Amino acid sequence: MNSIRRTFLKLAGSAGALAVLGTAGLLRTAGAWAATWNKAGFESKALADAMKNLGATNAAESRDISITAPDIAENGAVVPIAVLSRIPNTQQISIIAEKNPFPLAATFEVANGGEGYVSTRIKMGQTSDVWAVVKADGKFFTAKKEVKITVGGCG
Amino acid sequence: MSEPMKIRATLKGDTVDLRVLMLHPMETGQRKNSRGDIVPLHFIQSVVITHNGKTVLDAQWSQAVARNPFLGLRIKGAKAGDKISVTWVDNKGDKRTDEATVAAAS
Repeated sequence: MNSIRRTFLKLAGSAGALAVLGTAGLLRTAGAWAATWNKAGFESKALADAMKNLGATNAAESRDISITAPDIAENGAVVPIAVLSRIPNTQQISIIAEKNPFPLAATFEVANGGEGYVSTRIKMGQTSDVWAVVKADGKFFTAKKEVKITVGGCG
Repeated sequence: MSEPMKIRATLKGDTVDLRVLMLHPMETGQRKNSRGDIVPLHFIQSVVITHNGKTVLDAQWSQAVARNPFLGLRIKGAKAGDKISVTWVDNKGDKRTDEATVAAAS
């Protein structure tokens, strides 16, 4: 028997065991992130469900939220959206594209001097209303704006 | 693996205008490749931005955020030289952190 080969196999075996441990650790970390991630909200397929999973069933329309988005977006794969909330104590801003397969696109929680303003770019499958849902002092407020899409960006 | 982010933090009065560009494919899980196979979901789930160590933004994203995501934010009560750190984590557990310092208004 070749002793060098034996040693190599033993080493390889323990390396394998370490790799398995590493993967398990990674999986656990991913699970921890998923716990804070609003899975129910992001997997909702209708506007009403998405609102409910945000906890925003009794949201009031507000004029203190402005949504900056193009009236017509030629490319649905990149639609710039900016939301400005002038409501005091804004804690959370969510962006919902009503007719996307999964309407809830993003949730932003602001704190420690972060202002009630976020801007980002989302994908939209078709012409639809874009909703901004703002949470301030535990209450929910909404605003919407229609964005026309020439070429959808989901496929 | 992942490319560095581009972070620009400019001071306007006592407010930082922060702009972050991340490089990520943001696959929706609905697109098919040239062989007709569905490209699996791969997107940034969580973004955390800190200002001098304090969390100012904790974002959760879905696959609906566009490829190579852009994020714009304003942070009050800042001064030149403050540290901004941006971390993202995607659904495969990959993560990346980049830092920047606030530049004085020009």
